Amino acid sequence: MSSAVLTAVGLRKTYGTTPALAGADFGISAGETVAVMGPSGSGKSTLLHCLAGIVLPDAGTIMYGGRKLSALSDAERSALRRSEFGFVFQFGQLVPELTCIENVALPLRLTGHSRRAAERAAMPWLERLEVADLANKRPGEISGGQGQRVAVARALATAPRVVFADEPTGALDSLNGERVMELLTDAARATKAAVVLVTHDPRVAAYADREIVVRDGHTRSMGAAA
Amino acid sequence: MRHTTHLLYTLNVYTVCIVLRMTISHTLLGFLESGPCHGYDLKHSYDQRFGNDRPLHYGQVYSTLSRLLKRGLVEVEGMEPGGGPERKRYAITEAGVTDVTQWLVTPEKPDSYLQSTLYTKVVLAILTGRDAAKLLDAQRAEHLRLMRELTRRKTGGDLADQLICDHALFHLEADLRWLELTTARIDRLSAEVRS
Ligand SMILES: Nc1ncnc2c1ncn2[C@@H]1O[C@H](COP(=O)(O)OP(=O)(O)OP(=O)(O)O)[C@@H](O)[C@H]1O
Ligand SMILES: [Mg+2]
Repeated sequence: MSSAVLTAVGLRKTYGTTPALAGADFGISAGETVAVMGPSGSGKSTLLHCLAGIVLPDAGTIMYGGRKLSALSDAERSALRRSEFGFVFQFGQLVPELTCIENVALPLRLTGHSRRAAERAAMPWLERLEVADLANKRPGEISGGQGQRVAVARALATAPRVVFADEPTGALDSLNGERVMELLTDAARATKAAVVLVTHDPRVAAYADREIVVRDGHTRSMGAAA
Repeated sequence: MRHTTHLLYTLNVYTVCIVLRMTISHTLLGFLESGPCHGYDLKHSYDQRFGNDRPLHYGQVYSTLSRLLKRGLVEVEGMEPGGGPERKRYAITEAGVTDVTQWLVTPEKPDSYLQSTLYTKVVLAILTGRDAAKLLDAQRAEHLRLMRELTRRKTGGDLADQLICDHALFHLEADLRWLELTTARIDRLSAEVRS
């Protein structure tokens, strides 16, 4: 296995009296897709939020590219999220007032690209996700499955080192869901991005290289890819 | 232990053979509906569409054809000089067409899976004080490993590959969901099994 881009050891997080993570470990390499599975409420999303620096764990260490995530300032962490991480969630992530191409260009504009340069870089991603014809439509005018493809294009447009996807196909039928997974994992492998994929769906998880299972805030790593 | 394994294996192979034989004869009949042909052509049509990693042997083709001939479902339409089964051209009969139709319109009996080996293993593990959760996890990993393999094969394949792999994937998914549910209920099951 190649070197890990992101590792976590002994993560703990408690909300009030609810232990969401109770000593979770994680590791992922460049170009690798890891499925995070487990029952509802087991701590999958909390793990993803901690790994992405959105939520700070109460204990444990997260290392990204040789840096300790907890040692960074809030501003440094948001900069990291903008430039090196990509995100895909189940619903409502596109900005409704912007067209699809503007949505995909948005993270590039936030990292300092001009409007023209950002949209020029965004277009190939819409093409790759097979939704180039929707470039000038707004999210309200396209289907959920199409919106999810635009969201994947947006997550990949900044050439992130890690893509965090929480139930990215949760709202799609299986044919669309699988196509989105195929496009996402293909693109991620081609760009050597790591993908942390939270899913309930075994058929979606089967697109990953391996899986870990979260139960009661603990992680168990299952068989690695053959 | 070795005996049981061997018996199971034999049983398994035996069942597979019977099922395969039944579908092979109907499949060959179905091919013949679009026109008479030689055993050679039938073998190739079969391998191309349904063979996957298991092409038919010529022996299977000719023994199937001779059974169909005996039952009046096919007839020899022409023979090139020299004799031997490979020279014969076979055609489907009226009775043959009826037989294929009957087979196609009769629904397959859904498997009830009531004699699940997995269930037996889980209960035995509990009864003998072994770690049933670990067993379930190992099975889960094995299932997902195969699902990944089929998914890879599917994404690289044509529509026929996709349909075949999807069929297997949906069944594996059902097993996997059962494994998850059973894992979640393992404490209750242990209490019941031990009481
Ligand atoms: N912001 C929060 N405030 C309070 N409790 C929370 C918060 N986020 C999560 N929790 C609790 O932490 C536990 C783990 O939640 P988490 O969202 O990580 O589960 P999950 O595995 O993603 O579940 P699901 O599959 O339903 O999305 C749950 O008991 C949940 O109620
Ligand atoms: Mg969640």
